[in-house]
Amino acid sequence: MPMPITELEKLILTGLPGAKVNIEDLRGDGDHYAAHIEFKGFEGLSRVKQHQMVYATLKGKMGGELHALALQTSVPEEQ
Amino acid sequence: MTDTATFDRIDTIVKKDPVVLFMKGTPTFPQCGFSSTVAQVLAHLQVQYESYNVLEDAEIREGVKAYSDWPTIPQLYVGGEFVGGCDIIREMFESGELQKMVTQ
Repeated sequence: MPMPITELEKLILTGLPGAKVNIEDLRGDGDHYAAHIEFKGFEGLSRVKQHQMVYATLKGKMGGELHALALQTSVPEEQ
Repeated sequence: MTDTATFDRIDTIVKKDPVVLFMKGTPTFPQCGFSSTVAQVLAHLQVQYESYNVLEDAEIREGVKAYSDWPTIPQLYVGGEFVGGCDIIREMFESGELQKMVTQ
């Protein structure tokens, strides 16, 4: 069962409060998304750790309900 | 939860060879776009690696996700350490970081 884009965004924002999230539905099927997430809390962490933090917000739905999530993570530049 | 036997099997596999790729299918017949992308990157870098077809081993397919705390396949290991899935490998390839890592 695919995941609506609104739910995916809500899960990520709930798990990473204050993050800037940009999600694209790659195929329009609710199963293949690309997301760019900018979050202060990623600072100093490896890419693997950053992506693991995002997967943790999805509460086990990654790989099951959600087949593909192409991830790009970054830290906001100092204002 | 992964039983210790599967965990130990994975531990042995990732430490036996310098570069190990858990993928869906094989390098010549990948069964998933993401797995195929990583195999192509490694072929482009002319890296010698051991590939493991998780479609033929359900225990390893689930066990490797718990082992690395990473929910998807493919998974690339270098020097026994989990490096990343498709997105990270592509980013590291584009930045030249992957080439440095696998040729050390």
